[in-house]
Amino acid sequence: MKAFRRSNLPVWATLVVFVLAVTAASLRYEHFFSFDVFLNLLRDNAFLGLAAIGVTFVILSGGIDLSVGAMIGFVGVFCATLMNAGVPGSAAILLALAVGTLVGLGMGSLVAFYDLPPFLVTLAGMFLLRGMALVISMEALRIDDPLFQALGHSKWVAPGLLIAVLLLGVYLANFRPFGRAVYAVGGNEQSALLMGLPVRRTKVLVYGLSGFCSSLGGVVFAFYTLSGNANSGMTLELDAIAAAVIGGTLLTGGVGHLFGTLLGVLILGTIQTVISFEGTLSSWWTRIAVGLLLLAFIGLQKLFQAGRSETP
Amino acid sequence: MRRALHPTVWAFLAWLLLLGVNLAFTPGFFSIEVRDGRFYGSLIDVLNHSSPVLLAALGMTLVIATKGVDLSVGSVVAISGAVAALMVTKGQAPLPTILAVSVGVGLALGLWNGLLVSVFGIQPMVATLVLMVSGRGIAQLLTDGQIITFQDPGLASVAGGSLLGLPNPVVVAACGLGVVAALARWTAFGTMVESVGDNERAAHLAGVPTRWVKLGAYAVCGVGSAIAGLIVCSYTKAADANNAGLYLELDAILAVVAGGTAMTGGRFTLVGTVVGALILQTLTTTILTKGVPVQWTLVVKAVAVLVVCLLQSDPFRRTVLSRRSAA
Repeated sequence: MKAFRRSNLPVWATLVVFVLAVTAASLRYEHFFSFDVFLNLLRDNAFLGLAAIGVTFVILSGGIDLSVGAMIGFVGVFCATLMNAGVPGSAAILLALAVGTLVGLGMGSLVAFYDLPPFLVTLAGMFLLRGMALVISMEALRIDDPLFQALGHSKWVAPGLLIAVLLLGVYLANFRPFGRAVYAVGGNEQSALLMGLPVRRTKVLVYGLSGFCSSLGGVVFAFYTLSGNANSGMTLELDAIAAAVIGGTLLTGGVGHLFGTLLGVLILGTIQTVISFEGTLSSWWTRIAVGLLLLAFIGLQKLFQAGRSETP
Repeated sequence: MRRALHPTVWAFLAWLLLLGVNLAFTPGFFSIEVRDGRFYGSLIDVLNHSSPVLLAALGMTLVIATKGVDLSVGSVVAISGAVAALMVTKGQAPLPTILAVSVGVGLALGLWNGLLVSVFGIQPMVATLVLMVSGRGIAQLLTDGQIITFQDPGLASVAGGSLLGLPNPVVVAACGLGVVAALARWTAFGTMVESVGDNERAAHLAGVPTRWVKLGAYAVCGVGSAIAGLIVCSYTKAADANNAGLYLELDAILAVVAGGTAMTGGRFTLVGTVVGALILQTLTTTILTKGVPVQWTLVVKAVAVLVVCLLQSDPFRRTVLSRRSAA
């Protein structure tokens, strides 16, 4: 069975952990196992999920994107300022997505054409986006636009967008030549080049895709909070990377699956929900739990790798 | 064929350019006055405020030279600051004990990172991500989510006091530089670090104890970060588990790379790292003294990162040079 291939094992392990976590929480809290809680889980974490999908593409190609958290802050302030200036909500969204994608493509071009380390280029991108957000407005801005209000109050929009982008991402990653090129470049760039794959184009597009996903995440975050704040999305890039790692994606590139990333995001969200259900546990336990979980999954991946190297 | 300049030379030129801009446009930037037996002036400020980044960046240089990276610097800063502030407010321990315990915690955390990377063979970025994510949680656990403030003159003097007219952090950073430089250049450790970063397998076959070398590099980084944490906590007379040293690891990595040590490992330059840290701080101080609105700091920093990266990129220099020779 293709779905049970060895390389997909970490994703299954993540699924098992997610199911276990939800089961344990449902046994402990009466109202935990309900459609509403699950829908809220998706809604509360949609912006993280969207950003993490883009980051997963970048990691699969062997790179890294540190700019997604700052993008969320930038897009919120950008949209709010445009709408305060009288631009209609829909135009603001399209402009934000265009700017986000362009910034991503720009970072990708620097990585692809000048051989710059992705870590530093996207770090510069993070400084630039966070800085521009602060330059536009140091204060949090309210969003009164009726479109944003309507979309923000709907409980279906954010989860719907997340699932739609995920399915589109899976289609791109696993059923299109582009996706195969991403996996190939991440697996071994030299081989990909020798096989005649468009390595540079793939790299540029991957960062563009990540820029698009994280700016969409920023738009969803703006729906969610109905405000734009230059400081929102602080350290979100870490959560996105952590979600990908928990979902079984190797940071060396070439191995991983988008479904795993979604599960990683859901596990992070479940931990947060459980800690808020518990009431007596302080918020910092979330971070410690996420760290331990990361450690456990790294250990698991190590075991799989060890198993693989024994049977070449 | 033109011989490429060493990246550190580019970094040094960039720093000189920055100083030149200040010489021309910022009156009084170079003036240093003596008050109460202490030096005061913008240049002293630059040295003073660059010391936490420099202390973290020294260890980071070794880590990056082994082809690794340590993302947990900021978390170690938060933890060591929390430990020191807790000990000074809750107990009667003498200052040397407090400092030793904080630095010891940093050493332990550095060894933990090193253990994950060297013994368990986990990718450095993931291995140190664990501590980066959970470290701030641990610091908050220690401080119970509060910002712990203290008035203890002893701990406050770590950053506030002075020695030979220089602020203490500058002296500490200079000593740190001396120790790491001695370790790297007077013993075989530096050569071993470079060999591990260049080709780990070859180094292993040549008899280099690669695991111990990596463990050592992360331990140095942990200690440096803990000392940086003490300075940060002493500056503000408070331990803020959420914000102390936030993104300091990125500044440290930036200082290392701007100074000319490549993220691909191998050759490293401690002098370059010093120049890198000075560039970052001179840039910030310049922005502040020029009266540029503070929100532009990050934008300027982003541009500076890109310029330094591009100057060190071979393909970029090739296209620029070929265009120049064609013209």
